[in-house]
Amino acid sequence: MSLENRIAEIIVSRLNVKPEEVTDSANLKDDLGADSLDMVDLMMDLEDTFNLKISDEEGNNLQTVGSVVVFLKTKGIEA
Amino acid sequence: MSLNATAVVTGAARGIGLEIAGKLISDGWTVAALDMLGDDLKKSAEVLGENYRPYTVNITDSKQLAEVAVEVGNDLPTVKGIVNNAGVTRDALMMRMSEDQWNLVIDVNLTGAWKVTQAFMRSLIRAREGSIVSISSVVGLIGAAGQTNYAASKAGLIGMSKSLNRELAGRGIRVNVVAPGFIETEMTQKLSDEVRGDYLSKIPAARLGLPVEIAEAVAFLMSPSAKYITGIVLPVDGGLTT
Ligand SMILES: NC(=O)c1ccc[n+]([C@@H]2O[C@H](COP(=O)([O-])OP(=O)(O)OC[C@H]3O[C@@H](n4cnc5c(N)ncnc54)[C@H](O)[C@@H]3O)[C@@H](O)[C@H]2O)c1
Repeated sequence: MSLENRIAEIIVSRLNVKPEEVTDSANLKDDLGADSLDMVDLMMDLEDTFNLKISDEEGNNLQTVGSVVVFLKTKGIEA
Repeated sequence: MSLNATAVVTGAARGIGLEIAGKLISDGWTVAALDMLGDDLKKSAEVLGENYRPYTVNITDSKQLAEVAVEVGNDLPTVKGIVNNAGVTRDALMMRMSEDQWNLVIDVNLTGAWKVTQAFMRSLIRAREGSIVSISSVVGLIGAAGQTNYAASKAGLIGMSKSLNRELAGRGIRVNVVAPGFIETEMTQKLSDEVRGDYLSKIPAARLGLPVEIAEAVAFLMSPSAKYITGIVLPVDGGLTT
């Protein structure tokens, strides 16, 4: 499965949204309805799934689905 | 009737915690009984049966706790309840209290509850429902000579719970505190007649409480009957603090 798809899958299950809503430009909070607890839960899920640490500062910069993909790629995660 | 949900109860090998475990089981919960007294856990499991699941763990040890959290997650129904009951006392007048006495009581009663709650809360958040009850004490409300450490830990639980309530209430997760008064347990049976008499004179109900009376209050806060009750401190003390 591609990195994009894996991330989308996590977002769909955590935020209870439809797969087609999870577009590159979708804002996690404004478009997908994540509140601060959802964001923490999501970050912890990404940490567990991809076995990395996300600092609070890095987490705060993850606003859109696309930014999550780019962030993980810069951390050297391919798929 | 089974709720198909697990309540984590700390200090559940004996005393008030065991009473809470029994009451929750009769209400349909599966109980993950966390305690460091392995033998007592085993004995209690023989009495309470298969819905009482013993886990020998020191709640001050984050690593052990993380392992137990994984086991509970794999083996038991979804965790939807947490009861922070484990507690210790190391009494001394403040002038004579050692830093070790202070630290141990804070580590178990307050930091332990924080660690246990953190280890299991994700399950409640995911479920978007649940109930967390911490056992404080009237001593956390009114103080007691010789218990600066214990009173601070028990008052700390109240601040922790009220703050956590503000984080979680929107998720359908309720966070409450029960503050027992003087309860008939091994601890209070050791009191001298003089101290006992002094306590009794201060309790409007004119008797000590029973462990089951604490368990009933906890079970109520854990149940759907209390679904609009969150962020409270419920004294169960025969009127002592009122
Ligand atoms: N007995 C009273 O009159 C009274 C009054 C007010 C509040 N309380 C509170 O109620 C709770 C239960 O009290 P009790 O009277 O049943 O005491 P208890 O000593 O009979 O039971 C406490 C249990 O907690 C366990 N425990 C202690 N430290 C632990 C640790 N680090 N890790 C795992 N388990 C640990 C013990 O092994 C024990 O089984 C305590 O928090 C106590 O402060 C009791």
